[in-house]
Amino acid sequence: MTETRKNYTRPLDIKHGQVDMAHGAGGRAMAQLIEELFAKHLGNEYLAQGDDGALLPAPGEGRLVMATDSHVVSPLFFPGGDIGCLSVHGTINDVAVMGAKPLYLSAGFILEEGFKLADLARIVQSMAAAAKEAGVPVVTGDTKVVERGKGDGVFITTTGVGVVASGDELSGRAAQPGDVILVSGTLGDHGMAIMAERESLGFESPIVSDTAALHGLIAAMRASGAEIHVLRDPTRGGLATTLNEIAQQSGVGMMLQEKALPVKPAVSAACEFLGLDPLYVANEGKLVAICAARDADTLLSAMRAHPQGAAAAIIGSVQADPHHFVQMTTGFGGKRIVDWLSGEQLPRIC
Amino acid sequence: MKYIDEFRDGDVALGLAEAIRREARADRRYHFMEFCGGHTHAISRYGVSDLLPDNVRMIHGPGCPVCVLPIGRVDQAIRLALEQGVTLCTYGDCLRVPASGGLSLLKAKARGGDIRMVYSSADAVTLAQKNPDKQVVFFAIGFETTTPPTAVAIKQAAALGLKNFSVLCCHVLTPSAISSILESPEVRQWGTVPLDGFIGPAHVSTIIGSRPYEFFAEEYRKPVVIAGFEPLDVMQAIRMLIRQVNEGRAEVENEFSRAVDRNGNLKAQQLVGEVFEMRKQFEWRGLNVLPYSALRIRRQFAEFDAEKRFPLGYQSVPDHKACECGAILRGVKRPQDCKIFGTVCTPENPVGSCMVSSEGACAAHYTYGRYKDVA
Repeated sequence: MTETRKNYTRPLDIKHGQVDMAHGAGGRAMAQLIEELFAKHLGNEYLAQGDDGALLPAPGEGRLVMATDSHVVSPLFFPGGDIGCLSVHGTINDVAVMGAKPLYLSAGFILEEGFKLADLARIVQSMAAAAKEAGVPVVTGDTKVVERGKGDGVFITTTGVGVVASGDELSGRAAQPGDVILVSGTLGDHGMAIMAERESLGFESPIVSDTAALHGLIAAMRASGAEIHVLRDPTRGGLATTLNEIAQQSGVGMMLQEKALPVKPAVSAACEFLGLDPLYVANEGKLVAICAARDADTLLSAMRAHPQGAAAAIIGSVQADPHHFVQMTTGFGGKRIVDWLSGEQLPRIC
Repeated sequence: MKYIDEFRDGDVALGLAEAIRREARADRRYHFMEFCGGHTHAISRYGVSDLLPDNVRMIHGPGCPVCVLPIGRVDQAIRLALEQGVTLCTYGDCLRVPASGGLSLLKAKARGGDIRMVYSSADAVTLAQKNPDKQVVFFAIGFETTTPPTAVAIKQAAALGLKNFSVLCCHVLTPSAISSILESPEVRQWGTVPLDGFIGPAHVSTIIGSRPYEFFAEEYRKPVVIAGFEPLDVMQAIRMLIRQVNEGRAEVENEFSRAVDRNGNLKAQQLVGEVFEMRKQFEWRGLNVLPYSALRIRRQFAEFDAEKRFPLGYQSVPDHKACECGAILRGVKRPQDCKIFGTVCTPENPVGSCMVSSEGACAAHYTYGRYKDVA
């Protein structure tokens, strides 16, 4: 923005101001919002180009991976994070589990008229911090405003682009009978953090969301040399739904050991209290890995050596099954199906 | 988790399984009905039947609140939301129960009905307080466990002088359902449902106590063992039932003594008696119209009775022709005996109510046990 135009306007009142329709109208108010809020916090050389799109260096070799994710979580702020960092982590993870190195993000904001600029600033700052920590800049974006009552504060859509060397691509179609299934840590932390906040459940030890970018952990796992067949981040629908997706895609069955599933006591207690099953509760900073059986211990050690995989565990194995059932030996000694999530367990979790 | 894991211990389960195998006589079969959906769910989720010998079979009973709710009652709730424009609050499981015209409360919500899921009746009262210009109706369903909280909500609304809160009362009574099963021709005359005893309700019994079951043990010579909802509770109850059968006893025994006594929760009973009275008759899904089997709101609290406040005629609606929920609820058929189980009727598109709630026999078998059907 030129100095002349800047002098036209008073600075945004971040402390007391609210989003109004003009902030999405494409005029001066919008330019000011972008400059004084988005560009200020998210700023980088690409965003600074100020054009309709970002001009980026093309990767020399390999293939591009692109993923997009919309975020509508309620509440916007929760223990361990907020919609801002969640929208960065979620998309980076979607790119990273494809085997790719995440390079760039875009961010689209749908703001509701009347939304507090102070809250928006807090969210954008959190996004900026998450992007900086992950080393993945937000290079382009968009802002729209909808009338009061037509949104819920803010919705954020992020798109990520990454690059993967030929031969390093991962897919949910590659699980084979005999493979071993691992998870990188405790299950259900994010979903229960949201739920506890939403229902104002005052637990003595608050449950904190696990929201985190996982590409660092994934890089360490791949550096171990283990033959990884599938990586996936078990978000909505939890581990159970993710494993069913993989079983379907790969045309295999699975057998889990209930006793091996890592779940924090507080999460386990909260689930018990609300009648939920941690297997179906969302994670935002965990991954499931499926690897060749001979490399399972190598991979487990590599995961445990990384701070984000300290509680990693081997939880089961892949087996041949024409029905693609995911089954589990219960801690009680019986057997049961671990089915797809049916209906909606927790709405608006991410 | 303390006080929970102890009741799910795999090693103790193996010991109990061994004891059951030892005590069950090889020359006879044992058929026990677990009345409650909570037990059905525990049996399926923890794989309890895998630990039982072949000659001990569990029959799923009708004690799933959502399953026994007839279509006509769900239709009433939908009409309240769509035609009367009320804010209708109910427990989550109710939302997906199939109603007339391909509707459910969830689908009625998508059509613009103001339908809210609440965790307790108190949430509905709060909603009414916060929205004085909206009529809020709580769609109250369930057995004796959920009845006292509804009574509290009505008394609270009365104390607050709320003019915009009412209850569509569909609370039903456990002993009536047990009588209906025991009086059914399949059990009494034809013997097509062999029944050697009951696992008695857990949470319901904390309210009504163990006394109401004494009649069934004496009159029908069926042993009843009241059991908690944890898998070890169920195993222990099965062992106690086998012992009673072997010894020719038919008594009410209490495995769930950590929560249930003979008289139950007298304060809750008194509260329920104050607010509710018996309906002369009530339609149940699967069990037809049963006399004195449900509650309605007393005249003294009539202003909180949605059936009095709104024009709501009751219209009985037959189940889908191919649906076997009725026979399944009476223990006559198993979920896998139904032609549309797992094909037309799935948890995503339930045709019958037993496929809706996680406590329903069909949903439990579909979700946890259907691998056995293809093995």
